Amino acid sequence: MAVTVKIPTQLRAATDGEGVAKVDGSTVGEVLDALYDRYGELRSRIAEDGGLRRFVNVYVGGEDIRFLDGLDTAVEDGDEVTILPAVAGGS
Amino acid sequence: MPPESLRCKECKTTYALDARYVCEQCFGPLEVAYAPRTDDDPAALRRRIQAGPHSLWRYADFLPVQAPPRGTLPAGWTPLLKVDRLAQQLGLRDLWIKNDAANPTHSFKDRVVSVALARARELGFDTIACASTGNLANAVAAHAAAAGLESYVFIPSDLEEQKVLATGVYGTNLVAVRGNYDDVNRLCTEVSGEHDWAFVNINMRPYYAEGSKTLAYETVEQLGFELPDRVVCPIASGSLFTKIALGFEEWLELGLVEGDLPTFNGAQASGCSPVATAFEAGQDFCRPVKPDTIAKSLAIGNPADGPYALDLARRSGGAIDSVTDDEIREGIKLLARTTGIFTETAGGVTVAVLAKLAQRGDIDPDERVVAYITGDGLKTLDVARGTFEAWEIEPRLEAFEAAHERVAAVA
Repeated sequence: MAVTVKIPTQLRAATDGEGVAKVDGSTVGEVLDALYDRYGELRSRIAEDGGLRRFVNVYVGGEDIRFLDGLDTAVEDGDEVTILPAVAGGS
Repeated sequence: MPPESLRCKECKTTYALDARYVCEQCFGPLEVAYAPRTDDDPAALRRRIQAGPHSLWRYADFLPVQAPPRGTLPAGWTPLLKVDRLAQQLGLRDLWIKNDAANPTHSFKDRVVSVALARARELGFDTIACASTGNLANAVAAHAAAAGLESYVFIPSDLEEQKVLATGVYGTNLVAVRGNYDDVNRLCTEVSGEHDWAFVNINMRPYYAEGSKTLAYETVEQLGFELPDRVVCPIASGSLFTKIALGFEEWLELGLVEGDLPTFNGAQASGCSPVATAFEAGQDFCRPVKPDTIAKSLAIGNPADGPYALDLARRSGGAIDSVTDDEIREGIKLLARTTGIFTETAGGVTVAVLAKLAQRGDIDPDERVVAYITGDGLKTLDVARGTFEAWEIEPRLEAFEAAHERVAAVA
């Protein structure tokens, strides 16, 4: 299942400057693994102990995966997965 | 204390002092790091501060700018008031309100925007922008107008009308996003990657956040270079809460003030309390929530500085509590009726938590407590609606006397 992953500017040094990647997978976890296979350096930057580092947010169709099933969240053909830093915003 | 670099709070990687906010190695937040100050003795430093302007720029030595900007809206140096009637009501004896509603756009956001905008101009930006729950929108639009910069302000489309009107009036590009603040923030994080703009709370966030330290400096200076024993402060992202502590810690380290870090009590609305919930559960991270509260300026479901706010409350012997919408309304009323200060919902949260702590016996009556009121009640007028009745009468003396008698009879 082909999913579009949007990569934030801060990670593009690890993706040869690419801001978008099309990869296969049926869950967010599989999609990220496919992404790490393509761009090895990404793993150390956003993954930790089999999960995600705490300042990494991942969205499927605009919804934070922590409101869904986390890395087990199912994705469908044509879905958009967005990786973003969590530290933005503030009051 | 000249700024030296941006440094990751997690892995300590350093970067140049430009417009960036995320560590590329670990995605942690970046913070301004300063060179150690060696030149001044505390007495000389104090004199230098006291000779400064009546704005936050009197603390320019502790802020991440090359020089204080000229010709901008002066923010800060707001009143610190000893509020004996409120204290008496709560069984306390040494209670102070730092009224930061007394800023140019009526909230503490004027502080953070002043610093972010000053640094943005130094870096050569001609456009500033923000994702806002309203107060920041007011401040960014106003300060951009004063500085003659282009601005883009992104807000949730369901924001209080007062905050929308008080933003649009400054002639900004106002973008109402169909979603909550966290949606707006996500969108702006993406936009900031594509446009060369200074987003004050995204790519300028390390500088922006430093502006909140001035609330600590002012408190110390206004108390005659003494520290409070305890502070009560609202938490949205947790940035204000943690930066006030940093301000106290910096001055303790420099010998500008003596004593210990105050106890830090954080205040959240139950309808959006990811940090209070994590505090109670003993966790060191926050699970994001979908906000549903009248305290919209605190409605951040995914608080960026949550982990640091939790750490601060614990290491200072404090806590993070939450209060219901009804308690928030009562808090607004209590403050208004005992101090003459009308605060917005965020201030209602702060006062309600203060009252809760006092009732619970968490505060020793002799402690010196400072509560931070961060915004003006005129920004959230709806919550005052229906809480009192006016006597509507004909313009005749008899009509007034009759109404007066009726009211007196009921009372």
